[in-house]
Amino acid sequence: MVKALDPHAAIVTEAGGLDQGGSLTTADGEPLARALVRSSRRARRRALLLVLPLLLFIVVTFINPIGQMLHRSVFNDGFSANMPELTVWFKEHPRGTQPDEAAWQALANDLQAAAQVRTIGVVGTRMNYEMAGTRSLFTSAGRKVRDGLQPPYREAMLEIDSKWGDPALWSAMRNVSSAYTTSFYLAALDLKRDENGDIVRVAPEQRVYVMLFIRTFVLSAIITAMTFLLGFPIAHLLATLPLRKSNLLMILVLLPFWTSLLVRTSAWIVLLQQQGVINDILVWLGLIGNGQRLQMIYNQTGTIVAMTHVLLPFMVLPLYSVMRTINPSYARAARSLGATSWTTFRRIYFPLTLPGLGAGALLVFILSVGYYITPALVGGSSGQLISNMIAMHMTQSLNWSMAAALSALLLAAVLILYWVYDRLVGIDNLKLG
Amino acid sequence: MTVPSGNDSFVMFDHVQKSYDGQTLVVKDLNLAIAKGEFLTMLGPSGSGKTTCLMMLAGFETATHGEIRLDGRNINDVPPHKRGIGMVFQNYALFPHMTVGENLSFPLEVRGMGKSEREDRITRALDMVQMGKFRNRRPAQLSGGQQQRIALARALVFDPKLVLMDEPLGALDKQLREHMQFEIKALHERLGITVVYVTHDQGEALTMSDRIAVFNDGRIQQLAPPAALYERPENSFVAGFIGENNALRGTIEKLEGDKALVRLANGELIDASAVNIREVGQPTTVSIRPERVEFKPDLMPADAHTLEAEVLDVIYMGDILRAVLRVADDDEFVMKYRNTLGQTKLTPGQKLRIGWHPLDARALDPV
Repeated sequence: MVKALDPHAAIVTEAGGLDQGGSLTTADGEPLARALVRSSRRARRRALLLVLPLLLFIVVTFINPIGQMLHRSVFNDGFSANMPELTVWFKEHPRGTQPDEAAWQALANDLQAAAQVRTIGVVGTRMNYEMAGTRSLFTSAGRKVRDGLQPPYREAMLEIDSKWGDPALWSAMRNVSSAYTTSFYLAALDLKRDENGDIVRVAPEQRVYVMLFIRTFVLSAIITAMTFLLGFPIAHLLATLPLRKSNLLMILVLLPFWTSLLVRTSAWIVLLQQQGVINDILVWLGLIGNGQRLQMIYNQTGTIVAMTHVLLPFMVLPLYSVMRTINPSYARAARSLGATSWTTFRRIYFPLTLPGLGAGALLVFILSVGYYITPALVGGSSGQLISNMIAMHMTQSLNWSMAAALSALLLAAVLILYWVYDRLVGIDNLKLG
Repeated sequence: MTVPSGNDSFVMFDHVQKSYDGQTLVVKDLNLAIAKGEFLTMLGPSGSGKTTCLMMLAGFETATHGEIRLDGRNINDVPPHKRGIGMVFQNYALFPHMTVGENLSFPLEVRGMGKSEREDRITRALDMVQMGKFRNRRPAQLSGGQQQRIALARALVFDPKLVLMDEPLGALDKQLREHMQFEIKALHERLGITVVYVTHDQGEALTMSDRIAVFNDGRIQQLAPPAALYERPENSFVAGFIGENNALRGTIEKLEGDKALVRLANGELIDASAVNIREVGQPTTVSIRPERVEFKPDLMPADAHTLEAEVLDVIYMGDILRAVLRVADDDEFVMKYRNTLGQTKLTPGQKLRIGWHPLDARALDPV
């Protein structure tokens, strides 16, 4: 038998055998792979049952809302659901078609119907997102057409308001006539569709979001750098001091965690405001005159200072957990090999802290990109971040689609960042503690 | 005081003391001269001060008092990176974020050496430890023994005159450890470097060293070549620490030059050579190595005293047999004898008389 001559085959036949396909089998002829699955099935089922509650919780409270939010960022049927006839007309006639009498009739009928069921406000609001100042056009027209119009509808509508003849208005109506739309994303990037359907930048005085995105990322980068500069020495001290002293220091580091965010932020207001402690001291020392008190809060400085303080532990803790595991003999070895203490730091110690630094930087950056409360309290107008704009759309302008689009862009940016980090450093090098 | 220098005192510890807390001395008055090219081992139990001495020599600890000289130069205030001492650490301390080649390149780069010379030296150092193929590996991809070789190569690549090794083989298994002992010893002989080696493994110390300094309680208990240390321990600590040892307590009955007659606790008399006892009537501990104990009358010196013994247990150890005896009320007296063809079989309960050459019984200070 050929099999018996092959030493490897002999080992296999001892344990079981080879079936026709040449794959391994157990002693009683069952394919080995299937036997393995069967034998571990029970354990896997138990493991699944253990994580199931958390899984459900996450699906219901995290995945589901995020999915809905992402959906909302591309979906808004405020116009299409309430203006059905005009929507059909837009669908049947390509862009560039002059509105004919049928279109005007559809508009008049839709306005009348919407006014009667009181959804004209919704339509107006949706239009207003696309073209500022059109809400009142719709609501007032709604009042006037409630009792019906006589043809010719074009003239009747233009009589109500000559703005109805504006090609830009018709273009905007065409844009919002589709429930699924990219217009919120375009708006979030300070872009819009012009009358020909081409994507163009909005007027310079309306460009806010790109600037806010840039500011958010720049400030987040500055805050990350500040937490690194301040956190690195503290983490090193924590990792090298004797236990009793390092515990005390650790409490000081964690203290911000145990204090209300509002209290901490208010404390910064007390310190930084123009009549505040720091300005008082500077004036008292004669470094600045009483009239030259520094503006350190309600601007970007305030945002940076307060957020650096709030986010510092997120940099210190991962750094500390990595530094604690760095054997002091590495530094000793480097010194004995002839390196100065600076070279030892630069070439040995610092590279070994990179996993912690990466984790801390990623954590601080991602947190500060989405930070809301501190900039809202101490940021003034120049210290506002994109998250404040999202909040504004959520709570004041009630343009949830816009808020969703901004959030989705933020999410995408963070995911890209994560991907870049993975490519550069490797996510398995991340050490959170 | 004159400063001795030159080949016999390449490294000098001159009245060195070290205290960490200002209350107790970890190293008490250390005086030690290490010759150029010597392989000196600091041996001792943990906490005996041997590692502290090594760290002071490397520059990671400062001496509280006294002077440490390297090649005639006081190095007390020289920072570690300027001492030019190679060091092998217990856990190897290979930089995990660098490849083997980069690890070896590091000491050369910080010395500002050119690329071609660096390449030359790295190749040579890796070939020296037979690790030339592993140049682009990371330390984590190497086995313990391979890491040990790289650590050795890294400590030698910049041609230090002095190499310190801090329990470098502690993490290896027995077989590999013995193999590496041999290799380190061979390297030492080939390169002619001075090695100061710290270990708590006496077997390692005995096989590798030119001289061994036995540390205990912050002092050197004995400084001697391996054979002298084993055969002629100068005090009870050394006798007990190095190898297996029988200790019999008694008092000095008679003292004649370096010959002593000792009366044991049960009244029996034995001959011993006097080592660190001074007067008759002084309590003493007599130390006898188990393999120097004889039980065949024809192998015992004719005029020597013999002792009554009862076999309690015989343990078969392959190459030798190990008998536990009751001798002079001591139940832990050990005798080793060779497992040869026709060797006398001892059985528990058997009574016999044992003896030894008086030179092998050393009357030491009482413990």
